[in-house]
Amino acid sequence: MIETRGVSKRYGDVLVVNDVSLRIPRGGFTSIIGPNGAGKSTLLSMISRLTPMSAGSVMVDGMDVTRTPGNVLARRLSILRQDNQTSLRLTVQDLVAFGRFPHSGGRLTADDRRHVDEAMEYLRLNEYRDRPIDELSGGQRQRAYVAMVMCQDTEYVLLDEPLNNIDMRFAVDMMQLLRRAADEKGKTVVVVLHDINFASCYSDHIVAMRNGKPAFQGAPQEIIRDDVLHDLYEMDIKVHEVNGQRICVYFRTT
Amino acid sequence: MVMSVWRKPASRVALLGLLALLSVIGFMTLNVQADWAFILEYRGGRMMALLFTACAIGISTVLFQTITHSRLLTPALMGFDVLYVLVTTLVLLIWGGSELAAWSPSLRFALQVAVMVGLALLLFRLLFSGSVRSLHLMILLGMLAGMLFRELSELAARVLDPSEFGISSGVPQASFNRVNTKLLWAAAAALAVAGLLLLRWRRYLDVLSLGRDIAINLGVAHGRVVLGVMVVVAIMVSVATVLVGPTLFFGLLIANLAYWITGSQRHCWTLPASVLTGIVCLLGGQVVLEHVLSSTLPLALVIELAGGLLFIALLLRGVRQ
Repeated sequence: MIETRGVSKRYGDVLVVNDVSLRIPRGGFTSIIGPNGAGKSTLLSMISRLTPMSAGSVMVDGMDVTRTPGNVLARRLSILRQDNQTSLRLTVQDLVAFGRFPHSGGRLTADDRRHVDEAMEYLRLNEYRDRPIDELSGGQRQRAYVAMVMCQDTEYVLLDEPLNNIDMRFAVDMMQLLRRAADEKGKTVVVVLHDINFASCYSDHIVAMRNGKPAFQGAPQEIIRDDVLHDLYEMDIKVHEVNGQRICVYFRTT
Repeated sequence: MVMSVWRKPASRVALLGLLALLSVIGFMTLNVQADWAFILEYRGGRMMALLFTACAIGISTVLFQTITHSRLLTPALMGFDVLYVLVTTLVLLIWGGSELAAWSPSLRFALQVAVMVGLALLLFRLLFSGSVRSLHLMILLGMLAGMLFRELSELAARVLDPSEFGISSGVPQASFNRVNTKLLWAAAAALAVAGLLLLRWRRYLDVLSLGRDIAINLGVAHGRVVLGVMVVVAIMVSVATVLVGPTLFFGLLIANLAYWITGSQRHCWTLPASVLTGIVCLLGGQVVLEHVLSSTLPLALVIELAGGLLFIALLLRGVRQ
């Protein structure tokens, strides 16, 4: 379980994340949604010790993330942010193999190689195996980075806007993969999402943030509702049920 | 078959090694007119100094570029070697020449390296704490810092009395052509210390080049490792500066040649490649200039010119992207 206790982040006078106490249970797919500037990404990067907190603490399976040795935590929790180095001369295979670093310290064992192959298979990267990542398209590169994180083989997988800059087909592909990781491998997937329809269709649990605090949380059918979303985004959003999926329509105001 | 072997970084580094070896042999043996004992002593000392310089500048530049995620920034461009010159003059100014003259030069060197490491860490913290994000602003700041340090050390040199200044001289006046061979052993010792430190962090270097967030994700204690690498860089810059004085574009030139030649960003290839490229440039360059072209053009000028042109090219490419 991931548990935040009174976590805050302050930049100068601005309180970006305000005293958040949250529990994300083990297993399943959790989405964090909310308007720009709600503190979603900041919260995620504090949970994953990328950003120091101004106050509070974060526990992952009882381990304090700021005190646990980095490589111990790296075998339990992985994080992928959206803006990654793109100018590296590295092949896809080499990048994915870095995911084994917390386990093997840079020297790959046969077991590590199996994980690398499996992750590439899983993200359908086999044909790009030897291509340098700076020659890939945005969607392919994103998949390569996700493969690296999958290869890390952690209980918790945290992703900050993994659908950014990729087209619909790859976005659906990516969400299917993450859903499968939760269902088949029993991973705990936590994703910051901008597209509320993806959050609606794939999540087990949604945390809706506003002004640095979780405003609502619950199952998709509790959160993806006209009144809740109106409150959250301060705009009219109509929720329709299409083929059993709750879809939000908000593109043109009338 | 030949192509696939050639594409391997290992074979390219091996070829570089061969070229470097040829450069060393050429440097030592071409045009020997006096007796061998004299040549060995005279050219041997110079050769060792240039070898150490290639090591120090090659490794420190590649490391610095790894932790700053840039192919453009180098310790020399950020004014680190001029900072070392400033340190040597300031140490004299504060402690006084007469007292320091009693110290052995190696001990003085050790003291200066220690001060240098402290200052370099401070400077690095200031510049790279995340407040300055623009690369071009960073280069501008580095150039300003370099100018400031140069002026300050000249000012300090004027304040010193002439006999004291005599002690400090040698370091600021050293160059590729007038190599300082008095501190060879101290330089070797400092290089060894830096090398041992580096050995400790070597497994993390490749991970560092993936960026801070991914390095932390993969369990690297990013802040601590970067600080350690920075200590290594500061020691190596001190070594290079004491041997050949401040340089400007030499590090940029050999590091980028190394990336280009190996076609890889693995440090197990780029580090040796940049050192070997440095050796080829310094020793081979000297041989070619002196004996092939029989030119009196100073090598430093040629190297800095080539490095400067590369700098402009990299800058333009960066702008276009």
